[in-house]
Amino acid sequence: MPPVLRPGDACPALRRDQQRQYHRRAEYSVGVLDLIAAAGDFAFGPGNSFPAVDQDYLLEARQMQAMSFVMHIPLVCFGIAFPSLVIFMEWLGLKTGKAHYTAIARRWSKVMITLFAAGVVTGTLLSFELGVLWPGFMAAFGDVFGLAFGLEGFSFFIEAIFISIYVYSWDRISPKRHILTGIPVIAAGITGSMFVIAVNAWMNNPSGFDVVNGEVTNVKPFEALFANGHLWPQLTHMYLAAYIVVGFIIAGIYAFAWMKGRRGAYFRTAMVVPLAVACIASPAQLLIGDWAARTVAEDQPIKLASFEGLYETTEGAPETIFGWYTEDNTIEYGIEIPKLLSLLSYHDPNATVQGLETVPEDDWPNINVVRLSFQTMVGIGTGLAMLSAWFLWIWFRRRKLPETKWFYRAVMVAGPGAVVALIAGWVTTEVGRQPWVVYGVMRTEQAVTGADGIVFGFAALLAVYLVLIGTVFWVLRRIARQPFPPEIAALEERGEGDHGTG
Amino acid sequence: MELADIPAILILVGIVAYAILAGADFGAPIWAVTARGEESNRLSESGHRSMAPVWEANHVWLIFVLVICWTAYPEVFGSIFSTLWIPLILACLGIIMRAVGYVAGGVSMSRAFTILAAVASLLVPFALGTVIGAIVDGRVPPGNAQGDIITAWLAPVPIAIGLILVASSAYLAAVYLAADADRRGEDDLASAFRTRGLVAGVIAGLLAAIGLIVLEKNVSAEFFDGLTSGLGLVAVIVSGVAGMLTLIMLWTRRFREARFMAAAAVAAVVAGWGIAQQPEMLPGLTIEQAAASDEVIIGLLVAVVIGLAILIPSLYLLYSLVLGGRFDPLSVPAADAAGVEEPLGPASRRALGFVLGAAGIGGLMLFVSDSGVTLYLGLALFLAGTAGGVVLLARSLVRTPPV
Ligand code: HDD
Ligand code: HEM
Ligand code: HEM
Repeated sequence: MPPVLRPGDACPALRRDQQRQYHRRAEYSVGVLDLIAAAGDFAFGPGNSFPAVDQDYLLEARQMQAMSFVMHIPLVCFGIAFPSLVIFMEWLGLKTGKAHYTAIARRWSKVMITLFAAGVVTGTLLSFELGVLWPGFMAAFGDVFGLAFGLEGFSFFIEAIFISIYVYSWDRISPKRHILTGIPVIAAGITGSMFVIAVNAWMNNPSGFDVVNGEVTNVKPFEALFANGHLWPQLTHMYLAAYIVVGFIIAGIYAFAWMKGRRGAYFRTAMVVPLAVACIASPAQLLIGDWAARTVAEDQPIKLASFEGLYETTEGAPETIFGWYTEDNTIEYGIEIPKLLSLLSYHDPNATVQGLETVPEDDWPNINVVRLSFQTMVGIGTGLAMLSAWFLWIWFRRRKLPETKWFYRAVMVAGPGAVVALIAGWVTTEVGRQPWVVYGVMRTEQAVTGADGIVFGFAALLAVYLVLIGTVFWVLRRIARQPFPPEIAALEERGEGDHGTG
Repeated sequence: MELADIPAILILVGIVAYAILAGADFGAPIWAVTARGEESNRLSESGHRSMAPVWEANHVWLIFVLVICWTAYPEVFGSIFSTLWIPLILACLGIIMRAVGYVAGGVSMSRAFTILAAVASLLVPFALGTVIGAIVDGRVPPGNAQGDIITAWLAPVPIAIGLILVASSAYLAAVYLAADADRRGEDDLASAFRTRGLVAGVIAGLLAAIGLIVLEKNVSAEFFDGLTSGLGLVAVIVSGVAGMLTLIMLWTRRFREARFMAAAAVAAVVAGWGIAQQPEMLPGLTIEQAAASDEVIIGLLVAVVIGLAILIPSLYLLYSLVLGGRFDPLSVPAADAAGVEEPLGPASRRALGFVLGAAGIGGLMLFVSDSGVTLYLGLALFLAGTAGGVVLLARSLVRTPPV
């Protein structure tokens, strides 16, 4: 009977002094972190060996992965959030019989399918990259999380099928049925992001398998994916992020038109509806972000410590904003707010927060990258929530849109800002998980490909991505410039809309 | 048949679906390049019109194949993708370029985009064909990039299979587009695609015959025997006969039947491959050794069955709309279904109260609890309140008077 490594066992692959380090940590013993001790070699190929991999490959692979995510994730926000906006507009049009609502829905649906196409191919590339860049990870764990991607595949089918039907069947089927064909698109946006995030949550908080002699066995796929406390906060947080990103980007485009004096019913509606979405989702995101942080504190204390650059385990830990984590494990130029970190991560000002010192430096991520991206996300998130509060305040007090141009300028900046927060959030999660690809179980260097020349693939991909981005922008501009139907054009000239009735 | 074999069959089914559905996506732009001026524009527009509503769905079959492969045979997946990364990334490049063609095709039929899409159409079937060829030829040893990243796919068998796939997607595209043009009553386009289909069909047939010779000279005796005896032989013969029949139907302008026959020819070849590729998937690695545990495979099958139960009616709906010509351009633009003019009334205070209450109470519960029922109940209330808040706010905002 081969030895079974379970959480808490010492790892034969680790040096003695490291093992002692891990034992010291026992007193803060927290869930999955104990698995670190179980990390070892994984069987892949002949002789159960894992070929030593050139570290350059790791860097190249990471950069390629990062570039592909930076393309995919903002695009899929539109796949998640845009359909419900389009369908809401169509519903308004159907309910009130006003032509400009329907006109907005029609035009947006063209934009939606364009962005969807780009989302589909960037996602395809990601699936290829899982194998091309991380064959070791796939060979060892493909069966553990594969189920989620299987379900994901069916979500993609449903999304692709119904988005086509929706976009191409305007005027071909009755308006009520047409709206109904949009509902599966919204549902598939939820399930599609749920299953992929289930995988990511599992990578952060792995369970549902054992490691025996380098073989992953006793796989329980349903447990691995759905009995995971990280899934729900991550999913909710990502889902709201998609609405924030899409809401502010679209509102920002029409805010630009607003500043240029285009304030008729069509343009005003197209601005205020996405704005309503973004201004409610942004404050809500603060609460969900707090929940995400508490989950991290519970299961990934070293990740939390790197968010904050906390070296020593501290009772009543302070929060340090700005600044730079230095070689001698202090933060230079930071502003310290006493006890805030303990309060935020455990809702208790005197809670003990585990520091980086409790594990060897080998097991740390790049502290400054993680800290910076975390603070970027939180900073922008707070800013967006303040912008939303400003808007909501004026609306509830005066039932009017803000008059100052600064508000519209801020909305124009908020869109790109939200995208930055989105990417920064993912960098926090993914880089914060390093050096592990499966937290505490498999190191990223064990996952990476042993093949030569990936960097050329990276360059070629970058080139075609630039062509793709260029074309998407060009097409969107062409769509924006298509002439309006006559009744909308007339409405714009008179500057009228649905108002004046209440 | 063992449990471990079932995912392999699903993979083959996915490959067939991808080849006969998406194969045509990749043939279409090639034909647009074969004409000039006005005719080229018409060919490319007709191709775009036929393919644009379905290509995304067709494309998901590729994802389906990958996902089944890595879930059921993780080590096989890791080995193939590390050794054959070059053709796989080339296929990705092609897929992205093809998407550029679709994206641009919505607003413009410029020649540059057509050429880009045509290049992609050569690249993707060729690259994916070399991947299949490398597996057939036993050039992918198990392990992390254990094969030669160049000679694994730049070798006679992979190249032959790559070329066959290019020819057969061009052929499929011509057949499908001829059928679509025929349905739309565009007789001249139907004839143009018919001629091209006949040429491509003959070329594909010749390439297939040459391919068989290349296979005999190169692949393991075991594989070749599998393909040329028993069920394997049946599959090869069925494919040849179906290919011939397609040509005859195309010749006699029975486009609808030609479409199904062409698909049958491709399906039979893939089935033959599956039969010959046993029992080893990669050299020294049999299906049984490569397969994930029974529990994983059963979980996967459950997911696939549930998924198919939703997928098949949806696909049926899509294709019946497309093939029934419902997405073809309308001869008369439909009038907007202007409903009754019924202005939105103000949102009720009760609704506002519910929304604020749900968001507030739910948010508080979420904030104070760490796990369990209160947390998830709080989350549900909070999200419901948030969604309701958005609808109320948006409703009242659209009634704003102008500044
Ligand atoms: C518009 C985007 C956006 C905004 C405004 C925020 N976030 Fe965020 N955040 C994300 C977009 C995002 C994300 C990109 O969606 C991430 C990456 C992984 C995930 O699940 O969500 C994320 C991750 C993420 C994580 C890491 C989860 C993990 O590693 O498992 C934490 C702790 C927070 N966020 C916390 C916050 C807080 C406290 C915010 C409030 C100010 C905040 N986020 C605003
Ligand atoms: C399933 C959902 C996943 C999501 C949403 C996700 C998201 C991301 C994002 C956004 C980044 C950061 C990009 C950046 O650095 O700018 C990233 C980086 C990375 N991801 Fe993931 N990822 C997922 C799965 C995976 C998988 C399956 C692997 C492979 C083993 C992986 C390995 C990595 C690595 C190695 C990096 C680079 C980290 C670094 O730059 O230090 N991720 N991921
Ligand atoms: C932040 C995490 C992610 C989210 C929320 C997400 C969500 C989505 C959504 C909603 C779509 C539908 C297409 C669209 O709307 O544009 C999509 C497409 C796709 N995604 Fe992602 N995704 C994420 C990360 C990943 C990762 C890590 C992979 C693969 C490893 C991946 C693979 C794909 C594929 C293959 C498609 C194309 C599906 C098709 O053909 O329709 N995604 N994604």
